[in-house]
Amino acid sequence: MELAGKILEGDVQAAAKLMRGIEDEVPSAVEELKSIYPYTGRAYIVGVTGAPGAGKSTLVDVLISTFRQRDMTVGVVAIDPTSPFTGGAILGDRVRMQKHSTDSGVFIRSLATRGWTGGLAKAAISIIHVMDAMSKDIILVETVGIGQAEVDVTRLADTSILVLTPRMGDAIQMMKAGVLEAASIIVVNKADKEDAVSYRRQMKNILDMKESPSEWKPPILLTEAISGKGVHEVVEAIFKHKEFLVSSGKLSGKRRDAARLELSQAVEGLIKTCLNDKTNRDRWEKLVDELVSRRTDPCSAAQIVFSTLFPHKPD
Amino acid sequence: MGKAERRIKVLMTKPGFDGHWRGATVVSMALRDAGMEVIYGGNLTPRAIVQTAIQEDVDVIGLSMLAAGHMRLASEVMHLLQENEVKDVLVLVGGTIPKEDIPELKKMGINAVFLPGTPLDTITNYVRENAGVRRESK
Repeated sequence: MELAGKILEGDVQAAAKLMRGIEDEVPSAVEELKSIYPYTGRAYIVGVTGAPGAGKSTLVDVLISTFRQRDMTVGVVAIDPTSPFTGGAILGDRVRMQKHSTDSGVFIRSLATRGWTGGLAKAAISIIHVMDAMSKDIILVETVGIGQAEVDVTRLADTSILVLTPRMGDAIQMMKAGVLEAASIIVVNKADKEDAVSYRRQMKNILDMKESPSEWKPPILLTEAISGKGVHEVVEAIFKHKEFLVSSGKLSGKRRDAARLELSQAVEGLIKTCLNDKTNRDRWEKLVDELVSRRTDPCSAAQIVFSTLFPHKPD
Repeated sequence: MGKAERRIKVLMTKPGFDGHWRGATVVSMALRDAGMEVIYGGNLTPRAIVQTAIQEDVDVIGLSMLAAGHMRLASEVMHLLQENEVKDVLVLVGGTIPKEDIPELKKMGINAVFLPGTPLDTITNYVRENAGVRRESK
């Protein structure tokens, strides 16, 4: 556990190396991760999501400054898409946050999705754990530019911010299910643009129609991230939401859900590895033969695979 | 856990205040198309370049320089890499570099210098063959 010990002592390079190992799925990184897990769970995790070009990175940049003014240390996980054609990626989020690169209280890490869908990268949660073990007070997780349904970040973040811009759609769009209903704070960025105020009002009208007594009502805040205008209010809203989660007892439930999700993903990962293992793969192909010739069906075949992986059949 | 393929990670920068962006953009996209992950850093001071390279644990740093000052900027980057004990990273220079400066840059520890007109394949092949080599031999 060479890296884990160093990370807990504050070694930044060791943390960066472990993150790389996690991304590349190096077996020793999994072991290191196991030994830092007891030191996690202390950071407050804030997700920032929204469409491409809405201003997420610029907002994160100003959020970092605001948290730093309050003497809080900050970790940032910034995710951009991997090309499904070449496997390459341009990671262009941190270029908006470059003024923090020499601040030792800030650690920024760019991640490519590497085929993972839902707005995050597979390694994201583990990398959050490493930043947590580095004793970062706040961890900001910026998703890839998303559409409507990518809600993964809201499952692992304590507070989720959805960044919109004016003229992104009418009342019907605002009624739709998905990320809009999962956000804890809604930010209408680029508020200097025409229609920002009426867009916000319309959004508020729609959200007010939702009956949700005693529930958290997401504030809708106007910002101009590029100048920092309105960002103070966003930070206030984050703290208010945190207070709500703590006083209502929802924070522990949320974290329990996140832990459960992580467990099920880890189990899925192990099963996938098993299936890709050479001997299992050959058996798998034989089942595919039987499927193709209609001698069996997908459900029965899956049950056979399952009982090979888990000899004691769970009922 | 399944073994993921190791991707080459590159930090592309324009050290100092150099406003020329086309070279860095074209090379970044060529590396992307070659299957690499390119962190576009834009204009950065040598200190910010080295801190970014550390945080991102990159295999390669690209310094795109077309506004003179390359000797001082490259030397500062190399000095800071050494000071921070970053050993396993390839440092490449691209841009308008007078030929007579190249031996001096190499002496500083710059691994390769690519002048205007270099075919993109030359750069991507060089990176593919040399990135992470020292890291893996450890």
